[in-house]
Amino acid sequence: MSVVLEQIFQVGFLAAIIRIATPLAFATLGEMFSERAGVLNLGIEGIMLLSAMTGFTATSLSGSLWLGVLAAVLTGMLMGALHALFTVVLGLSQHVCGIGVTLFSSGLAYFLYRLIFGQQSVPPSIKGFQTLPIPVLSDIPVLGPAVFNQFALVYMAILAIPLAAFVLYRTPWGLSVRMVGENPRAADSAGVSVIATRFQAVILGGALMGLAGAFLSMAQFNAFTFGVVSGRGWVAIALVVFGRWDPWRSAGAALLFAFVDALQLRMQASGLGHIPYEAFLMLPFIFTIVAMAFMSRNAVAPSALLKPFRREER
Amino acid sequence: MFRLEVRTATPAWFNLALPLLAIGATLVLCSGLIALAGAGVLESYGVMFTASLGDSYAITETLVRAAPMIFTGLAVAVAFRAKFWNIGAEGQLLAGAVASCFVGAVPMPGPLAMLSMAVAGAAAGAAIALIPATLRVKFKVDDVVSSLLLNSVIYYALMALIEGPWKDSFSGYPISPPIEDSANFPVLIEGTRLHLGVLMALIAAPLIWFLIARTTLGFKIRVTGENPEAARYGGINVQRVLLSTALLSGALAGLAGVGEVGGVHFQVMSDISPGYGYSGIVVAMLARLNPLGVVPAAIFLAAVMTGAEAMSRATGVPAFLSDVIQGTALLAMLVALLFTAYRIRRVGAA
Repeated sequence: MSVVLEQIFQVGFLAAIIRIATPLAFATLGEMFSERAGVLNLGIEGIMLLSAMTGFTATSLSGSLWLGVLAAVLTGMLMGALHALFTVVLGLSQHVCGIGVTLFSSGLAYFLYRLIFGQQSVPPSIKGFQTLPIPVLSDIPVLGPAVFNQFALVYMAILAIPLAAFVLYRTPWGLSVRMVGENPRAADSAGVSVIATRFQAVILGGALMGLAGAFLSMAQFNAFTFGVVSGRGWVAIALVVFGRWDPWRSAGAALLFAFVDALQLRMQASGLGHIPYEAFLMLPFIFTIVAMAFMSRNAVAPSALLKPFRREER
Repeated sequence: MFRLEVRTATPAWFNLALPLLAIGATLVLCSGLIALAGAGVLESYGVMFTASLGDSYAITETLVRAAPMIFTGLAVAVAFRAKFWNIGAEGQLLAGAVASCFVGAVPMPGPLAMLSMAVAGAAAGAAIALIPATLRVKFKVDDVVSSLLLNSVIYYALMALIEGPWKDSFSGYPISPPIEDSANFPVLIEGTRLHLGVLMALIAAPLIWFLIARTTLGFKIRVTGENPEAARYGGINVQRVLLSTALLSGALAGLAGVGEVGGVHFQVMSDISPGYGYSGIVVAMLARLNPLGVVPAAIFLAAVMTGAEAMSRATGVPAFLSDVIQGTALLAMLVALLFTAYRIRRVGAA
């Protein structure tokens, strides 16, 4: 145990937490915006995968990392729009549509990847994002190298948290989002377009999911593989509940999950006893399920979540 | 302008026409991807059809692949009927496979071995499905998320088994020891792989239909799904119905794993299911949650999967097309379902 404790308070460990938390923070914030407007987006796993693929491909073909990020974000927005078309405009079951979007986008990601790159024994890779030390701040002991010597996308995630909170709580659009998620009928009476607001929120959510995908294939792994997302999207959905649909709490939940994940990586590396490494891989998922059991009782979801809105009905 | 208008009655022929419409739309939409891959659309679909349904052997191969999807499709259909959102059929299938492999490795007379495998597999699947249902009933945990997360947990547990205690000490491959020869499901037609599990799946569908349509439990499941408030007023213990549904649904998904171990692989490996649990959702929706419709829907998806591999070899179109077809079919069916509840009315713009 002392070995584990020793490793927790290392710069490398802190940096690893931040790095694991980054895609989760993007994804969780994205899902949060969608759910705050009343739309559960189970397409998240597939959207992240497809974005990871398009981001990687765009960078691989153009040589520009930011073009890749742009491609990933646009992909996320497009798939978000698809989900919104089905759930918001047509009012279909959010659960099943989300699974449909995930199946469709994962299939499409693998199909197009194979079409573009063919079958290769060694998967192609790109020169991904490099760490970008921020002057002065990166000189702070421990915290500096862990937090301020990171990829540009990490800084974007850190900035995205207060920005998301500001947009949600302090702007008229954020108010509309919260209204259509809580009481769409009242929002409609107040002259807010429920359909338009939900559409925008789901698309914004998709953009953030796209950033999450881009981080995975362009900063963390620098390649597109089958396991590039491996359940992180589903975890993000749980983190939204855990974070009680609040940007700050959601980001906190992402950090907490990243801590558990980084810990299991360390425990794997230290070869603790004869425990198979898969037991550690399970840990974050079990942790999330248990955490949800504790949190869900008091968690208050947006009232109109999962409820389609049709003006002419009732 | 067009407007959606609530239908008062749904014409009967819709039930048959809608899935066909959705499948047709799917094939048209996906033909764009075939063209993108530089292959002939009709030629590619032709290869898919011949390879999956063209001769009697191809048909048996398709049926072998359809069997697990019939079971997972039934599992999802039963669960969704009660609005228990079981997205965990994949994990329940894996648990069923592992449990039946454990039991099948014990020397026993054939019939007893197969029966024990089925019971163990169904029980394992049911036990796993009970977790999200209990979490929902007791702790209000969203069943979609918990059943999804459980899939990962069970997958890693399976991996831990086959890379740990079960690992083949000779070859070093991460595969379980094989089940006893006596536990191998008998082949129904000489020279094919059509095994007992396929028959079990084909029998399960009408049985589940009967259960849903004609029994008290089936009635409770339907009422709970359609209107939980009314069910409660009618004296139905909604929570207990949810738990029963979960047990039934999980057992069916577990049986999908039993069939794969007993009739196809005779052991457990990491890729024992290429996502049959998720395909079950597509199957159930294409079948409009009708257990009898699950059979043709599963056969369609199985044909797509079998055919896509042959098409890939013949034309070079990536076999992942079958995954895209699945996703598209699900979305197309959802849109098609809209027309059962609504009609499109042109609203005079004058």
